[in-house]
Amino acid sequence: MENLISRYRNVTILVAVLFAQVLGLAVQVRRATQDESTRLIRVWAVDAVTPFEKGIVWFQSSVTNLWHSYFYLRGVRQENRELKREIELLRIEQVRLNQDAEQARRLQALLGFREQYISKTLAAQVIGSSGSEQSRSIYIDKGSRDGIKPDMAVITAEGVVGKVLRAFRTASQVLLVNDQTSGVGAILEKSRLQGVLRGTPLGEVVLEKVMSDEAVQPGERVLTSGGDQIFPKGLPVGTVTKVSPGSELFLNIRVKPAADLNRLEEVLVITQREEKEPALAGGGLPIRAADILAQRLPSVPEKPPDDPNKPPPPTSGLKILPAPSAQATSGAAGIPNRKPSSTGATRQGQASSAGNTSPKPPVDSPGSAAKSETDSSATKVAGKPSAVKPATPQKTAPAAVKIPDSITNTASDSQSQPVPPKPDPQPKQPVTEPTPPQEQPQ
Amino acid sequence: MPITYTSNEQVEVYRFSIPAAILAPLIAVFLQAFVPLRFHFFSIFDLPLLVVIFFAVARRSPVTGLLTGAAIGLLQDSLTGHPLGLYGIAKTVVGYGASSLGVKLDVENAGSRLLVTLFFYVVHEIVYFTVARGLVGLTLQWSWPRELGSALANAFLAVLLFALLDRFKQRT
Repeated sequence: MENLISRYRNVTILVAVLFAQVLGLAVQVRRATQDESTRLIRVWAVDAVTPFEKGIVWFQSSVTNLWHSYFYLRGVRQENRELKREIELLRIEQVRLNQDAEQARRLQALLGFREQYISKTLAAQVIGSSGSEQSRSIYIDKGSRDGIKPDMAVITAEGVVGKVLRAFRTASQVLLVNDQTSGVGAILEKSRLQGVLRGTPLGEVVLEKVMSDEAVQPGERVLTSGGDQIFPKGLPVGTVTKVSPGSELFLNIRVKPAADLNRLEEVLVITQREEKEPALAGGGLPIRAADILAQRLPSVPEKPPDDPNKPPPPTSGLKILPAPSAQATSGAAGIPNRKPSSTGATRQGQASSAGNTSPKPPVDSPGSAAKSETDSSATKVAGKPSAVKPATPQKTAPAAVKIPDSITNTASDSQSQPVPPKPDPQPKQPVTEPTPPQEQPQ
Repeated sequence: MPITYTSNEQVEVYRFSIPAAILAPLIAVFLQAFVPLRFHFFSIFDLPLLVVIFFAVARRSPVTGLLTGAAIGLLQDSLTGHPLGLYGIAKTVVGYGASSLGVKLDVENAGSRLLVTLFFYVVHEIVYFTVARGLVGLTLQWSWPRELGSALANAFLAVLLFALLDRFKQRT
């Protein structure tokens, strides 16, 4: 036996070394699903390689900065002018977006919607790659010392890059989204179809698990769905480039990543996320459902001073009444609502229940008709300020949405015209202040 | 393109200084990890594999060759996201094969180096793909044109690289 081994010494050693590695592979594959600690050899390898990478990247960026900051300044003035112009345009755009965002936040708050916010990010520089076409990962110059942990999301301004696979002390390994072992929960922006984004062996990105009977068009944007608990919802992932029938009833959707994964230089690591309800503007005062919804109601022309003897003209549906002053209130009280309109009056129940902070269901449903009727009349009788017009010190409550008797019986009459409301001296603004207790509906 | 058959007595066995033996593989792994960031096409090269072939052929000792291959392969594995051993096993086989071949053939000239590298690159890829698909379950796609193109590119690079590394050879 000894002779045999010594005779075939080389082959024996080869078999032994291969066997040891195969055994090691098998153990790693078996433990892949468990919480695997980083192997020492990986730590050594990263510690041996990354300092050189960091040094070269630092030297390169220093030389580049020196050149661009002190020597190559051609065209900077022109660029500065163009940037200033662009800032002006963006400011205008920002005003509009702020309004939209504020409205969205208020609605989300009303619905008790809890949203994930990116509360803290860490900028990192890409210093290396895996060096293999079969494993698509990069190394960044921030590690556990800087607060980076495995499974943190890594993004750029363009879109999703990947997630932290391993965090070493001074560097981290990031698995790119085009690696075949990666997976990102994704959603198509327009069709809202959800799927799983995966990499292919050739480094492409495909969206899986979308049924073949769904219609997906090339050019549609793909966003993160938030379902993987790694990437916050709504981050851009890429754009659909090709759709073809796949295997097992699923579509084969090819996606071009939004971030250029072959030219990464700096990335952001999302180190902290918060799950909270959207903050409300205006000092966090509670905003009523009616205030929000009333902003979406159709505006009506100003009405001249009302003549009590004048019969109201026929209207088709929704009518916005002026502030319930003593005169208006008495008039309204005499017109009980019996039947909600099936068109514009669907929001009437919510708008009239201004004292409630929770939205009411639409009144066009049969079950809610009676309730909305009650709410509406009660609110009006009590002189409750509605959402369309803010309360004033003179107790002239703003316009309330109401369906008069004459309308409700002819709700389907499309030829009738709305009754012009009384003049409203105040601009129609949402009420953001809490309602006085004495004005609560009974 | 002469490939001379030589006896064990005729071939020269080289050795390398410790700094060269350590730094050459480290630099190869470093360049393999760093250069593709700036020049993406560079990822078709496998510098660590070329270093394994060079050391194995020059030392002409199968045991040293396979151990060198295993060490460099595991180092390369450490930088990937895959389990350790994929490159390790492939480069162990290549190290053993190249050194065994070096014992029998004179592979000191450019032509033989080109052919040897071409051959062992394909062997390396076959072993890697087999292990990756069979043991780890990775879904890799084999493409002959792509592999042969990469093999050719690596072979040409090997001719240049081996000429550079020849400077570190020390006669025994």
